[in-house]
Amino acid sequence: MTSDDPRPPPHLSFFATFGRNGLKGLFWQVLVVGVALAVIAFLWSNTVTNLSARRITTGFAFLGREAGMPIADSLLAYNPRDTYLWAFVVGIANTLRVAVIGIVLATILGTLIGISRLSANWLLSRLAAVYVEVLRDIPLLLQLLFWYVLMQALPAARAAWRPVEGVFLSNRGLILPAIPIGPPQLWVLGAAVLGLAAFYVIRQWLIGQQMRDGKPRPAWPFALGLIVVLPAAVSLRLGVSWAIEWPELRGFNFVGGLTLAPEYFALLIALVTYTSAFIAEIVRSGIQSVPRGQWDAASALGLRRSFMLRQIILPQALRVIVPPMTSQYLNLTKNSSLAVAIGYQDVVSVANTTLNQTGQAIEAIALIMAVFLTISLGISFFMNWYNARIALAER
Amino acid sequence: MTAITDMPDVPRAARRPQIGNPVLRWLRTNLFSSIPNGILTVVLLAVLGKGGISFVQWGIANAVWLAPANDSSGCKAVRGLGACWAIIPEKYRFILFGTYPFDEQWRPALSVLLFIVLFYLSTRRAFWRRELAYLWIGALALISVLMWGGVFGLSFVSQDRWGGLPVTLILATFGLAFGFPLGILVALGRRSKLPAIRSLSVLYVELIRGVPLVSLLFMASVMFPLFMPSGFNIDKLLRAQIAIILFAGAYLAEVVRAGLQAVPRGQYEAADALGLSYWRKHRLVVLPQAIRHVIPPLVNTFIAFFKDTSLVLIIGIFDLLTTAKTAIIDPGWQQFSVEVYIFVAAIYFAFCFAMSRYSRSLEATSGR
Repeated sequence: MTSDDPRPPPHLSFFATFGRNGLKGLFWQVLVVGVALAVIAFLWSNTVTNLSARRITTGFAFLGREAGMPIADSLLAYNPRDTYLWAFVVGIANTLRVAVIGIVLATILGTLIGISRLSANWLLSRLAAVYVEVLRDIPLLLQLLFWYVLMQALPAARAAWRPVEGVFLSNRGLILPAIPIGPPQLWVLGAAVLGLAAFYVIRQWLIGQQMRDGKPRPAWPFALGLIVVLPAAVSLRLGVSWAIEWPELRGFNFVGGLTLAPEYFALLIALVTYTSAFIAEIVRSGIQSVPRGQWDAASALGLRRSFMLRQIILPQALRVIVPPMTSQYLNLTKNSSLAVAIGYQDVVSVANTTLNQTGQAIEAIALIMAVFLTISLGISFFMNWYNARIALAER
Repeated sequence: MTAITDMPDVPRAARRPQIGNPVLRWLRTNLFSSIPNGILTVVLLAVLGKGGISFVQWGIANAVWLAPANDSSGCKAVRGLGACWAIIPEKYRFILFGTYPFDEQWRPALSVLLFIVLFYLSTRRAFWRRELAYLWIGALALISVLMWGGVFGLSFVSQDRWGGLPVTLILATFGLAFGFPLGILVALGRRSKLPAIRSLSVLYVELIRGVPLVSLLFMASVMFPLFMPSGFNIDKLLRAQIAIILFAGAYLAEVVRAGLQAVPRGQYEAADALGLSYWRKHRLVVLPQAIRHVIPPLVNTFIAFFKDTSLVLIIGIFDLLTTAKTAIIDPGWQQFSVEVYIFVAAIYFAFCFAMSRYSRSLEATSGR
């Protein structure tokens, strides 16, 4: 992990540690492992006795049974007659929905605020500092409850706020105009992703060619063809409609458009604003870590501000920014489990309900842990890969 | 996007001739340095002004400050127009102390005061001596006597009647007091040469840090009774406290480990050359330096921790946030939850902001 580790743990085999302090080391290891095993055995035997006394069968067989729990707001189709397994899948999808969108929004907001803190405009930098201080020093759960109460205090659907035409904010949540996405639209999106991947490969090849003979080769015709023309052609061929669906009030509720339920919306706002305060500090320290000489040198070359920021400052700042950013993404994902406090059904909430209905505490908690460990490992893996890509190549 | 025109720690426009009115000069350099900056300032001022005016109208001008006991009609009259601060004097005893017997509430109040004095003394460098540890032990014993009672003529108050701010402070303080030594042990274990101890430490840290605190609290509240021999039952507060200690231990271990890595190799070698044993080497030479390196991140972990104790709401322990949430279940006052949350947020903010200022001042002086 670190290169300045004064005592890197030597990678010796177990028996090789018998060397100088071998016996003493062996004694301590046997002691610690023995104590750990004894504690585990003690807990295990208690658990087995307790489970049989309470007539709880262990195992994951209950996953196949009918769940019978309602899930109000879900990305995937669900009804209470589905199995526990499917309820868990729906819960995981809800967790991912909040985590992924939260990470994207928090990164954008946090970067803007971090940059604002460095602004030459005194008022803006002060405001950003106050934002960071206030949000960082109040528990997330309290902020979440606060937003949820505010959502509930919003006017009823009939008197909904309309900040912009087609957007409604009421105690039913936030309703936005949306393009309905079905299988035909997915085909077009698939073509676009495929085109993007192909373009990436071609561009790498073009750069390789240019490295060889120095002749610049334009990449834009490929971009136009693969990313614009290809999906458009698929869209025309299939006759896909891209009409925007505008929500409208019919009777007591809204029809059409995209609805963000109050629970989801409150959770998203709370996670995004809270995490953005931490990200803002990371971005600020990252930018400040770029030596002043880099700014001066770029100015001396007469570069434009935006070019300077994009090509000179940010690449250097990113090296400082990415590692702590990874932990913020992990935090946001783990914090999404607070959803249980306001009744948004993420995986933790589903597991909690399951636990209360079936008494399968060990299995439910094991599932939560497995899900979060998998997500955490996924995020760290991706961020470590990205970090390695942007790291300074030192000789 | 805002232009980053200058780094804040570099004096800008230092060489410009210092002429004209100092106020105007300040305005020009800080608010109107360029046309886009000027526009931004005007827009921000307009937004701030509008927000400020509506907040003053809601929070001060139209607000109800006091109401007769148990009568929220005055508040209901201004609902939507003004704040109902009257709910705070009505409910503050419950929010701060939960269901602790009403006549005995001076005891938790005194405990809170003791905690605050302890925290304050611990931040003074002049008091960083061995005596401070004894002071802590004595004060914590005194706090336990005050909270439980049952001796010295104090009536006994069982743990399930505790609530509010003392519970938050107890969870946070004991979580750190026990989590810190645990963290040091695990950090040392993680850097040990013994593979079995190292792998156990790594497993512990990664497992705890990989899952949300909520799931650990569920585990404490639901699974703990399963783990224990039948008939052996621990109070819910203590179970949550154990979960919090384990959680704190894993996070603090990583901070301490960073500190251990920052101690130069020569220090280890010098200690070895003196023939110190493993424990004496770490206690006398390595750990004091390692911890000094990481005091600012330690304080930041403390802040995060203090806030995270609020999660015990989810398993129904009456900490400060839970009492606040319970206080507004009262049908007469139900609609005024925002005011209560602002009040509680202010308490949390005061504690965390004080710690964060302290961490800032440590960072500024840590070079000495």
